[in-house]
Formats: sequence, structure tokens, C-alpha cells
Amino acid sequence: MIVERRWRIGLRTVALAYFLALLLLPVGLVFYRTFEHGVGYVIDSVTTPAAISAFWLTIEVTAIAVPLNAVVGILAAIALARSDFRGKALLNGLLDLPFAISPVVIGLSLVLLYGRTGWLGPWLADNGIRIIFSVPGIVLATIFVSLPFVVREVTPVLREIGDEQEQAAATLGAGAWTTFRRITFPAIRWGLAYGIVLSVARAVGEFGAVSVVSGRVAGETMTLTLLVQQRFENFELAGAYAASALLAVIALLTLVAMTRINPRREEEHET
Amino acid sequence: MSVTALPRSTTRRTRLPAGSLGIGVATLWLSIIVLLPLAAVVARSFDDGLSGFWDAATSRQALAALRFTLIVSLLAAAINAAMGTLLAWVLVRDRFRGKGLVNALIDLPFALPTIVAGLTLMALYGPTSPFGINIAFTQFAVLLALLFVTMPFVVRAVQPVLIELDREMEQAALSLGASNATVFWKIILPNLVPALLSGAALAFARAVGEFGSVVLISGNIPFDTQVSSVFAFKQIESDNPVGAAVVSTVLLAISLLVLLGIRGLGRWGARHDR
Repeated sequence: MIVERRWRIGLRTVALAYFLALLLLPVGLVFYRTFEHGVGYVIDSVTTPAAISAFWLTIEVTAIAVPLNAVVGILAAIALARSDFRGKALLNGLLDLPFAISPVVIGLSLVLLYGRTGWLGPWLADNGIRIIFSVPGIVLATIFVSLPFVVREVTPVLREIGDEQEQAAATLGAGAWTTFRRITFPAIRWGLAYGIVLSVARAVGEFGAVSVVSGRVAGETMTLTLLVQQRFENFELAGAYAASALLAVIALLTLVAMTRINPRREEEHET
Repeated sequence: MSVTALPRSTTRRTRLPAGSLGIGVATLWLSIIVLLPLAAVVARSFDDGLSGFWDAATSRQALAALRFTLIVSLLAAAINAAMGTLLAWVLVRDRFRGKGLVNALIDLPFALPTIVAGLTLMALYGPTSPFGINIAFTQFAVLLALLFVTMPFVVRAVQPVLIELDREMEQAALSLGASNATVFWKIILPNLVPALLSGAALAFARAVGEFGSVVLISGNIPFDTQVSSVFAFKQIESDNPVGAAVVSTVLLAISLLVLLGIRGLGRWGARHDR
């Protein structure tokens, strides 16, 4: 299709106007609102004890959830790409569930399993284990929502590279671990990195599922996203903007990482 | 596409030993983290029997919330199907300064926490709007929030197909006297349809369950701006787990249907390719 210049500019304008009004303008305005009272104010409101504890809790939860999902994700990807077994299609389909389910449903599901009246509730209470309204619940919610990213990024790479090199290594006497470390891992590392970046973004930013299970105890179960909402609802607008800006910076860093990794990942796909 | 082109025979000869370990670990992990909790939701939703489930699912407020959720999600998916295709087209076929930046920023809604998305829209289109546009707590605001969070889906689904699209076909059609409109409707669009539909379906699924970006700006007004996910959340807060489980089970069923639909589309698209 050869589009006349006039039309091309028209289409471009419409597309970019939509992009600008919906995406860029609102996000830009939050940065503006954040800094309108000066940088000092921003620094003050992201270094209150509540904000610092929310920041570290978010980091802690992410640091637990993402590596676990990465390891399981690699194993699952190898299973999906390299073996045939009964129920493979089912497993493959179910892995997408966390993408399609409402975060509120995810939160509720954990409450109904581990909460006071949940299936495991009485047993947990007898043994003095607290999951809901406590950090383990937040960790479980975060693992749930970020579960599919690594599998979904690594599986297609594994399929595409085939297993000839792995076979050759095995023939030459390499053990499973050596084969993985020397052959498989170098081939999938950029796909894996991409999946990890996506997982981190989702883990840091998760709100709905976490807000159901957290109980919002200040200084204990308050994550950054929950802090944003709490400040907003308490009419501490400037504080809410500052915490949002911090999260937006993390999101922008994620995008930078994605654009850096993407070309290498695509190269990986071609080899 | 390229995945199916791989010679399957090579992958079946022997197995990496990690394969069987992987099956076990993945199944166990998925069961503990995802399936068991979801089973608890479905089971709890039938605590008051089948009639209890039906009464709660079809209460006036639940139905109103569900109807609004489905309509607004469908609208958001449809608008983004059109605008997403246009954005993808502009990103692939047009050339302008800053294109790389726009291309990278398209993913922002995926990377930005939903509550921050809600707050940003509130800042621009809420009571403190610098342009004096206050649409907070209206149905339109909910649509806007859903448009924001679902924008990348269709762009990212259509873009790779558009890049790979054989331009010789278009040139052949043009040289045979076809108009631009004919080329678009008869050649380009049919090639994009499978990707476009599956992107729109993902956007729809996301919109139906969306919570964080909607919770601030919707105001949660029953029979007006209340969506199902926020309704379920309020039920949890008012200590009505069975009611929340009923709404959740309905949402879960919708998610499953959309996922099945997308898989069907995938198969159809793969057939289309050959």
C-alpha cells in the first residue's frame, strides 16, 4: 500500500494524539505535580519511615517471588519444549491463567485458602502460622501474578534452537547440569533476562491481589503501591504523587531494560 | 509461525533429563500457587448451595456491575483494536523522529503499576485537572482507565505480523489497478485479523478483571460506575466471602472462556498461515 503523504501525516497525527492524550500526558503530569512543591519535598515524602519500609518490603517480596518463578519457569519451559507427556496441552494452557484472572480474584483465592475461615485456616492457626494479613500472603500473591512471564519467554527460544547441540554434548559425555550450564543456558539467557524484567515490573507494581491479602499494617505489610492508595485516600496528594513518581521511575527503567534486551533476544531467536 | 516450522522429529529423539523434573516441578508449583487457591474460590461460591450461588450471581447490583463491566470492556477492546492497529501501522510503515521512543513507551501500561495509572488519570482528568476536564466518577472515566491499561495488547500483537507481511503482494495488487482501500481491505486486514482478534481478546480479558486503575477513578457508584472486580473487593471488605466468591467465580469463568477463545484463534491463525 502506498499512502499519499497527506494521508500518512494524518494517520500519524491521529495515532500520536491518541498516544499522547491517553498515555504520555497523564504520566508527564504526575511528574510535574510531584515536583511542583520542590525537590526537597519529594525527598522528604519518599524518605518517611513509612515510605522506606514500604520500599524495602516491595524489594523483599520481589526478591523472593522472582527468583523462584525464574527457576520453576526454566524447568517448566524445558518440560514444555523438550518432552512429550500427557496433559502437556493442559499444563500449557493453565500457565496462562494468572494473566487472565482479575487480581481481586487472586487475592480472594488466597484468603479462602489460607485465611481465618479458609481451607487451611484452622490448621495454620493451630500451628501459629500467619499468612493472610502478613508478608507470606503478599509473597504468595506476587508469585501468583508473576508466574507465567519466564516460562512464556523461554519456551519459544528453546523450541527454536532445537536440541541438536544438547544431544551432541550428551553424546560427548556431558552430564545434564554441564549441558544446561554450557549449552542451554547461554542460548536462553536473553529470553530469560526479558522474562525476569517483566516479572520484576509486575511484582513491584502488583496492587489488586496484594491489597486483598495485606491488611495494610503500616510499617509491616504496606507495599509501595498500597502506600500510594493510602496516601491518596488520606488526601496526602503530594505524598501520593511522590510515591507514584518513584514507581513510575522503576517502570521507565523497566522499559529501558526491555529495549536494551530486546534486540539481543531477537538475535537469539534467529540463531 | 516460525515455531511450527521447526522440525519436530529432532525434539523427540531423546530428552534432556531436566524435562521430567520440569514436568513434576511445574505441575506441583502451578497446583499449589494457582489451582488450589482457585479451587477454594469456586468451592466457597457454592457454600449456600446452587440456588444461593444463583441468587447472589443474579442480584440486581451484581448483574448491573457485570453488565457494565462487560460493555465497557468490550468497548475498550474495540477502540484499542482500531487505534492499536493504527499505531502499529504508523510504527511499522511510517517514518518520523522519535519513533523509537514512541515504540518503547507503548509498553508503559504494562510496566506501570495499575494504581499509578489510576492516579495519573485522576491527576489529568479528575477534580484537579489543569485543563478543567473533570470526568472522575463517571462511566467514561472507567472506559478511559481501561483504554490506558489495555493499549499495548493489539499494538504488540499486530506489529510483528505487519513487519513480516509480504509487500510484494500489495505491489502486485496496486500494479493490477487496485485502489489503496482495496489493498487494505482485501490484503492487509485479512492477514492481520488473527493477531488483531487475539490481541483484542487479551485486552478484553484484562479489562474485565482490571482493578487498580479503576478503583480510584470509578468512585464505585452502584448501578452506575461499579465494575465487578471492585464490587467483589467491597464484598470482601464487608466480610461477605461467599458473595465475593460468587462474583469471582463468574469472573473466573469469563477468563477461562476468553483463554479458550484465544487458543482457538491461535489454531485458526496457524492454519491461516500455511
